Amino acid sequence: MADTNPRARPLSPHLTIYRTQLTSIASILNRLTGISLIVAAFLAVWWLLAAATSPAAYDLANGFVTSWFGDLVMTLSLWALWYHYLGGLRHLLFDAGHGLEVETAEKLGWAVIAGSVILTILTLFIIQ
Amino acid sequence: MQFITDRKRATGRGSAHSGTEHHRYMQISAVGLALIVPTFLYIFGSALGAGHAEVLAVFSRPIPAIVTGLMLVIGMQHFRKGMQVVFEDYTYHSTRKVLILITTILSYGLTATGLFALVKLAL
Repeated sequence: MADTNPRARPLSPHLTIYRTQLTSIASILNRLTGISLIVAAFLAVWWLLAAATSPAAYDLANGFVTSWFGDLVMTLSLWALWYHYLGGLRHLLFDAGHGLEVETAEKLGWAVIAGSVILTILTLFIIQ
Repeated sequence: MQFITDRKRATGRGSAHSGTEHHRYMQISAVGLALIVPTFLYIFGSALGAGHAEVLAVFSRPIPAIVTGLMLVIGMQHFRKGMQVVFEDYTYHSTRKVLILITTILSYGLTATGLFALVKLAL
């Protein structure tokens, strides 16, 4: 309902004064990694289209993707994908009503962070 | 108010008029992607940086082509709907509408482009 009597209302704690917690960082990272994966999607589709077009087009796309800059972007994207992957599983668990105790939620957050790094390194070893 | 039945209260399914369909889609696509992503990473990661002829050979095999196709379609729909929530959370009015529109065009555009490339590679 519209407030017909505007007055000073208590504000909820603002982000800048709210104590940073692992669970909030984990949540923000989940969103950021999801958004950032569009970069890898663009590169992957460009690479596929180039491979379907001609050897010259493929060499250009493949050359970029495997350059030091391409490697950096793809490795960061790989980490983002694994983070979003594990973070998503954590959210599915939360949705099912499990792991919502603060201690468990924080442990799961650390598991996602550590797991994403481990899986990234493991993937790099397997595909190279 | 006490004369309204539970059924009547659920009719129209909230302000979004789509109930929990959006959230349910994100859950179902997440489970699907949990299965697709490891396979896709192995196929795509191994093909990345290979010679042109080898890439053609890889994607003309059924499993790599099918898994990459699934990754494109489900991944981009998951992205589109996820971005919709992001824009609904942080933007308002026309900005929100335009950003959701751009995301929709981008998602379907990338999916169609990727599928075209896959078909051309596979056949």
